[in-house]
Amino acid sequence: MIPSPFDYTAPSSLDEALKLLHDLGDDAKILAGGHSLIPMMKLRFAEPEHLIDLNNIPGLSYLKIEGGMLKIGAMTREVETEESAEVAVHFPIFADVAKLIADPQVRNFGTLGGNLAHGDAANDQPAVMLALDASVEIAGLDGRRTVGIDDFFYGFYSTAVQEGEILTEILIPIPSGRSGNAYHKVERKVGDYATGGVAVHLEMDEQGICTKAGIGLTNVNPTPLRAVRSEAALVGTSLDNGAISSAAQFASEDCNPSSDLRGDIDYKRHIIRAVTKKMINKAKQRAFKN
Amino acid sequence: MIQCKTSKEISGMGHSMKRKEDDRFIHGKGNYTDDVKLPGTLYMDIVRSPYAYAKIKNIDSSEALKIPGVLAVITGKDLEQYNLHWMPTLMSDTQMVLPVDTVMYQAQEVAAIIATEKYIARDAREAVRVEYEVMKPVVDPFKALDADAPILRTDKPDKKDNHIWHWEVGQKEETEKIFQEAEVTVKEQMHIPRIHVASIETCGCVASYDKVDNHLTMYMTTQAPHAIRTVFALVAGHVGLTEEKIRVISPDIGGGFGGKVPVYPGYVIAIAASFLIGKPVKWIEDRSENLQADSFARDYHITAELAGTKDGKILATRMKVLADHGYTDASANPSKFPTGMFSIGTGSYDYPNAFMEADAVYTNKPPGGVAYRCSFRVTEAVHAIERITDRFALEIGKDPAALRFQNFIKKEQFPYHSPTGWEYDSGDYEAGLKLAMKGIDYDNLRIEQAEKRKKGELMGIGLSTFTEIVGAGPSKDFDILGIKMFDSAEIRVHPTGKAIARFGTKSQGQGHETTYAQIIAEELGIPAKDIQIEEGDTDTAPYGLGTYASRSTPTAGAAAVMAARKLRDKAKKIAAYLLEVSEDDLEWEPGKFSVKGAPEKSKTIQEIVFASYTNHPQGMEAGFEATHYYDPPNLTFPSGAYICVVDIDPDTFEIKVRRFVAIDDAGHIINPMIAQGQVHGGLTQGIAPAMYEELIYDDDGNILNGTLMDYLVPTAVESPSWETGHTVTPSPHHPIGAKGIGESPTVGAPPAIANAIVDALKPYGITHLDIPITPYKIFKALKEKGVLDKNIVES
Repeated sequence: MIPSPFDYTAPSSLDEALKLLHDLGDDAKILAGGHSLIPMMKLRFAEPEHLIDLNNIPGLSYLKIEGGMLKIGAMTREVETEESAEVAVHFPIFADVAKLIADPQVRNFGTLGGNLAHGDAANDQPAVMLALDASVEIAGLDGRRTVGIDDFFYGFYSTAVQEGEILTEILIPIPSGRSGNAYHKVERKVGDYATGGVAVHLEMDEQGICTKAGIGLTNVNPTPLRAVRSEAALVGTSLDNGAISSAAQFASEDCNPSSDLRGDIDYKRHIIRAVTKKMINKAKQRAFKN
Repeated sequence: MIQCKTSKEISGMGHSMKRKEDDRFIHGKGNYTDDVKLPGTLYMDIVRSPYAYAKIKNIDSSEALKIPGVLAVITGKDLEQYNLHWMPTLMSDTQMVLPVDTVMYQAQEVAAIIATEKYIARDAREAVRVEYEVMKPVVDPFKALDADAPILRTDKPDKKDNHIWHWEVGQKEETEKIFQEAEVTVKEQMHIPRIHVASIETCGCVASYDKVDNHLTMYMTTQAPHAIRTVFALVAGHVGLTEEKIRVISPDIGGGFGGKVPVYPGYVIAIAASFLIGKPVKWIEDRSENLQADSFARDYHITAELAGTKDGKILATRMKVLADHGYTDASANPSKFPTGMFSIGTGSYDYPNAFMEADAVYTNKPPGGVAYRCSFRVTEAVHAIERITDRFALEIGKDPAALRFQNFIKKEQFPYHSPTGWEYDSGDYEAGLKLAMKGIDYDNLRIEQAEKRKKGELMGIGLSTFTEIVGAGPSKDFDILGIKMFDSAEIRVHPTGKAIARFGTKSQGQGHETTYAQIIAEELGIPAKDIQIEEGDTDTAPYGLGTYASRSTPTAGAAAVMAARKLRDKAKKIAAYLLEVSEDDLEWEPGKFSVKGAPEKSKTIQEIVFASYTNHPQGMEAGFEATHYYDPPNLTFPSGAYICVVDIDPDTFEIKVRRFVAIDDAGHIINPMIAQGQVHGGLTQGIAPAMYEELIYDDDGNILNGTLMDYLVPTAVESPSWETGHTVTPSPHHPIGAKGIGESPTVGAPPAIANAIVDALKPYGITHLDIPITPYKIFKALKEKGVLDKNIVES
């Protein structure tokens, strides 16, 4: 690893980090787990002049259930959601997704906050957060604000986290009734970015009628994509095969993949259709197992 | 199953002794080239071309030279002053060390920076400004021979096209006639893609020239230190670096697979820099440089044809190859074999006739192609014959296993003379395939497959029954740059009965420190743990051609046997002297000579060795040392029968290798555990090109997957649980009947997988898919057949 020269600071409090970030402005980058940033620095695609390392700041890594929410500290490592029994009760999707993120070394150090704040539609967690209808807490020198996930992703490597701000917490509402969720991506080999990935979260009433559906798509749009028509196609149905097929078809029509080494547009739409169908079925199965 | 003649204490042949080298590797104490740290070392980095074909208008180093710590920026013009700007390839073609005016491929070396730190060198790399005039490259090898294609090698005054060489072998007319008259003929166009060895350790060196002694010590990642030293002397002899003034040391190597046979420009530039500055110069490639610029492997476009009868008798095969060598033929084949051993392409089958031809062309791509764990182009040949054999089975509606049994060379036909001129030493192909079929339960798999097909499920079974050709080679035919392809061993046993043995080969993970010791233990009865093995230092080891093409056991391993037997003869004389009997009265068991009929009268090998230094017979040379240079009488012909089962997801086309049974026949096995490890690694490197790996270029010659993010090297996750086994058909001409194992799995696995996938797709009219076969490729093939939506997706 031979990056361009850079300065490095590891503050011990969030306030200190925010002050540094404010003072250094555009030239500084936040270092969380580093597993997106450092590979880019290695190839000199990213050449930040300063790195502000958050790893010495206490209190940014936690998983807790509070006020009907699952709260995830921004510095929580991927592996912690992968292995948490508490999280698995309502969100088996976290074990699905974590297992598909890169490799164990990356998951041991890569953070959920970094995963989202990187703003890459090829990352897997954004689709999951869309499906789960998460919101994100962002801190600045002026205080904290909360942004819904639908307002979070702006564009390529660009999010609602503004200059001088740090993402601090992810909040996910805990479903009260019957629910299930699942994630899968087709990848060329383990650790690859998705050819196409689909996160599905379903909630239903006692009669088995779908009351809420969340579907997020990975790497088939410039930003992480919510499959709005697919969600609508499920709500109010008994999740019968016809509804599922329609939802899958809508997802494949509404995504905007680009052609690359992973495949052409047709292929990616095909993958999205197939995986959407599989994940709805899997989420449904999980809902009825609970 | 394997009979051992020696005790576990001695651990000769057949013992699964743990690898002696692993202690240091497991403890992180390996010593690789990048671990070599010499005082005053300078670091080299290389400016590379962003274009595939361009004129260099100007190189402006001024900004780079302003950076504190930058000592020099070396260009082709600098090297031209010393006539060091070109060098020979191992195929007697020529390759630029640094270009004077034209770059021939993307990522080619353009200039080298020498600095006091590697970080400074990398910063300076960004500061060198090169002005290019971009030209339209030749990327497609088929277009390279078009009349209007630009002639790439303008450095060769006589060159009027991009054709490098033509090669052919076999019975052209007879084969032609058979094809005209045959009941059935089949034909497929195949591409064996350009791939890369992608060893964990990239290439690199520390060139350390001592101006006072006029002596160069070159630490480098090379599989063939002696041959490379000779090449250096040929390149640089005229500036005073003659062979005795060069010492090449090849430390521990983190994987070679053929990629560390060639001489790369970086090595030569580092030597030139050290020679001029008088300080050690270290150059270690990064991963992208390794993938993008170092020698590729394969890249054969093959038209394979087979003629046979309706009931399955094969009559002739015809293969036509177009070989894409990049801008120079930098293969590492024996001189007389520009296509390597491709002529093994009649495989394990009794072909009365065959005809094969190849033409090689220049393109604007990196030079090569090295033999990536493939015994000199055997992978290409085996893929063609195994695929076309299955294609023939499909055509006539015969089970591919039954077809193979019908056409195998029978075990009583050995030594077998192939229509392309080889004498196969030994083999029992039927036994191997029977064992593999039993292991995988072939008949029941076919029943299961038939049931699954009714339900629209995609399950395939693929076979590969291949013959390898390794152990190059006999001096009458085999040389590299004129040097005959013998190999060597030197054994020195110390007075206390412990030994050191040195070889002309160089392990890159094969386990020589253990297996060579076991061979010597087998012959002399000295415990393998007491025998230290050393390779890779040209100042101490005997001359040899190195480790590649599964040649170490067939050549250097045989040399060890012969040297050890010389010592056993000497030991017998000393034992007779010590026991005061005639040599004829002695009998040998591993580790000691005893008097026939009086076993209590005996001398151990350790006692005998001690006597050779302390009490040797008068008139006999003292000491206990022997050297042997082994010139093999023939090549060896390992074989294998591989069967795999794949399941393909009918919605996403993700491919799962459910089972893979590999039965290998490598003759007598030295260390079953190491052999099995070799097979596991080789099989994984077999699924690599079959399902994942290919270097991809666009029309402008840009590499599209020059990092490991997109060049897909499979991992343990992609690897199925390999099921291995073996049959033993010893080589009749090798002194311990061993044949070589390292490359069989890499050679044999790809067609087994390709055949399985094509078999799974058989109901949809697919007869062939080029490797790597990916879910995307299956999607495209099914889409083309128009069966995608109606037959599969909704099932």
